[in-house]
Amino acid sequence: MTEMTALSTDGRAATAPAAKMSARNVTVFYGDKKAVDDVSIDVGPEHVTAFIGPSGCGKSTFLRTLNRMNDTIPSARVEGRIELDGEDIYASSMDVVQLRARVGMVFQKPNPFPKSIYENVAYGPRIHGLASGTAELDHIVERSLRRAGLWDEVKDRLSESGTALSGGQQQRLCIARAIAVDPEVILMDEPASALDPIATAKIEELIHELRGNYAIVIVTHNMQQAARVSQRTAFFHLGVLVEYGETTEIFTNPRETRTKDYITGRYG
Amino acid sequence: MSVAAIALLIVGLGLVAWLAARARAAAFAGPGRPRLHSLPGQHGWYVALWTVIPALLFLAGWNELSGNLIYAQVLASPEASSLPDFGMQRQAVLSEAYALASGQTQAAFNPQAHALVPVYARAIAFYNWIGLAVTVLVAFAAGGWAFTRISPQFRARTRVERVVMALLLLASLIAILTTLGIVASLLFESLRFFSMVSPIEFLFGLNWSPQMAIRADQAGSSGAFGAIPLFWGTIFIGAIIAMLVAIPLGLMSAIYLTQYSSARLRSWMKPLLEILAGVPTVVYGYFAALTVAPAVRDLGLTLGIPSSTESALAAGLVMGIMIIPFVSSMADDSLAAVPQAMRDGSLAMGATTSETIRKVLVPAALPGVVGGVLLAVSRAIGETMIVVMAAGLAANLTANPFGSVTTVTTQIVQLLTGDQEFDSPKTLAAFALGLVLFGVTLALNIIALRVVKKYREAYE
Ligand SMILES: Nc1ncnc2c1ncn2[C@@H]1O[C@H](COP(=O)(O)OP(=O)(O)O)[C@@H](O)[C@H]1O
Ligand SMILES: [Mg+2]
Repeated sequence: MTEMTALSTDGRAATAPAAKMSARNVTVFYGDKKAVDDVSIDVGPEHVTAFIGPSGCGKSTFLRTLNRMNDTIPSARVEGRIELDGEDIYASSMDVVQLRARVGMVFQKPNPFPKSIYENVAYGPRIHGLASGTAELDHIVERSLRRAGLWDEVKDRLSESGTALSGGQQQRLCIARAIAVDPEVILMDEPASALDPIATAKIEELIHELRGNYAIVIVTHNMQQAARVSQRTAFFHLGVLVEYGETTEIFTNPRETRTKDYITGRYG
Repeated sequence: MSVAAIALLIVGLGLVAWLAARARAAAFAGPGRPRLHSLPGQHGWYVALWTVIPALLFLAGWNELSGNLIYAQVLASPEASSLPDFGMQRQAVLSEAYALASGQTQAAFNPQAHALVPVYARAIAFYNWIGLAVTVLVAFAAGGWAFTRISPQFRARTRVERVVMALLLLASLIAILTTLGIVASLLFESLRFFSMVSPIEFLFGLNWSPQMAIRADQAGSSGAFGAIPLFWGTIFIGAIIAMLVAIPLGLMSAIYLTQYSSARLRSWMKPLLEILAGVPTVVYGYFAALTVAPAVRDLGLTLGIPSSTESALAAGLVMGIMIIPFVSSMADDSLAAVPQAMRDGSLAMGATTSETIRKVLVPAALPGVVGGVLLAVSRAIGETMIVVMAAGLAANLTANPFGSVTTVTTQIVQLLTGDQEFDSPKTLAAFALGLVLFGVTLALNIIALRVVKKYREAYE
């Protein structure tokens, strides 16, 4: 974490030297209802950022603005500016297909497609034409499953359905599916909240290993988890980004009383 | 007194019993008394049911039995000794006398019948009187016994509940028994058919010409009962042409409605599509025969293909249109049952909406869609009106969609229209065809429901 000592811990305008994604004054509405209120934050490039906060405070909503998944909700409207490597992702010149290939996503509930394990991982590379032949596709599938720590468990049954795996394996399959297209950022929305403690530990271990290669943003309502896996933590409350800084700082010495109340379990 | 009048009387007695039992039960209640287990009205029902049901059951049984008793008494009378011995005429005289005696007719054709009328009248009156007396007796006995059981502790409520359950069971049994009866009659008549025509010939024969034989000694009365051309025609129209129309159109409209259309458009289009399913099939029939068939024939002739007015294509096209709502509503349900998470998962990988539909949603919904298609096929092959009006009668084995084929249902209608001899193979063939149709439809339905159920389990 030495590379991060230079980072500012100021919640409002935390500007790191080379942020992977930066949001400025982002506000999200569902119809007339404001779900995210004027959030500015920088994430990446090479560390894990955790979003914490009581449920309903807009963590998922904000996370979904980062790969424009909110576009799929008709009532959602996003204001403000979000950049990926300095490029406005809401600009008309931005291709959503390309954006989502660069910013992958893992959901709360494991959602493998009802296809074989192999086809699940090969899905993205096929869509984006990343492999020129079966040998290359095989290679991508194997590499992704290895990175997701699933290869040894499934290498003999790649043609079995992905939905037949256990919950934890399914989630790692979804992570393998996301990294198969070589994204730059991976968004994870409570990826372990539907899993048992052992499967959760495996996911956390995996996040540790992936850290060097991808900027990871993880939403969690489990504060121990945030403390274990992240280097930086953002605390949201009622749609507002209350505090953002180094994880150790947030957990040992929060500046805001609301943050302190939340992490000491006073509400949420 | 007629049976209906007696039944009415019993129901009246039931009402009286209800009132009396309720009053008696109410008399038990009051301050300081033990609380009644059941409400007075429930005691009323208990006694009323005991009054009415055994009596009506007896009446129904007696009604069956008394006919025979009356008949026996009439035959034993001295007047009956003058009856002719011949079966037919004897029967005619007897039934005429009965009709006169019970007031169903005024004048007799057989003069002998008049002599029997007073005998019949006496016998009828006698047995009716017994019937009435015993029925009322049963009502009083059973009702009275039930009445004596009324006490604060008596659980009239639970007893009535049991009777209600029995009645409901009876209602459901009626539907099931009727079905069994129909199947049994199909089976029975088919067996008679197969005693005249071998099942092998019927199921695998290529030649169908169930000739009309007015008299048994006429030439060509044997007929040919190879049903393959009928089966082929049915499959060609109902399972091939109709499905080529209904599957793509139904599936695409379901995809549009579930994935692309706005909620407002959907709320308009879905009911409109469902109206298609409510159009009477006879309307489709004349649409097929009068509008589509000539157009199809002209098209065929333009293309230089031998065409008939009653083409398989015309009937199949219209049947396909009729089937669209079935396919689309099943496909709609299965697409809607695919969890939103699948869609999100695919979109988050950078897939477009149409890629998501093709590669994730449709494959995931496929079992449900297949189930819907099987149900649609079973409906299409049993459909009668369209093919009777628009398909041909000639049992051709042809794969030319502009040619004429005939179907199982069309032939059943043909075989059973007009005057029938109910023991000729021609008539009985209709039952054998019906049996095959029933078997295939049943199998399709069972398979379809299995497929759909299994698929539903996968997501729950
Ligand atoms: N699709 C939606 N339509 C309307 N309101 C929504 C939708 N999704 C979330 N919301 C609302 O937005 C607020 C933030 O939700 P969310 O981002 O899911 O919170 P979190 O992930 O922090 O629990 C909540 O009040 C929620 O009810
Ligand atoms: Mg959430």
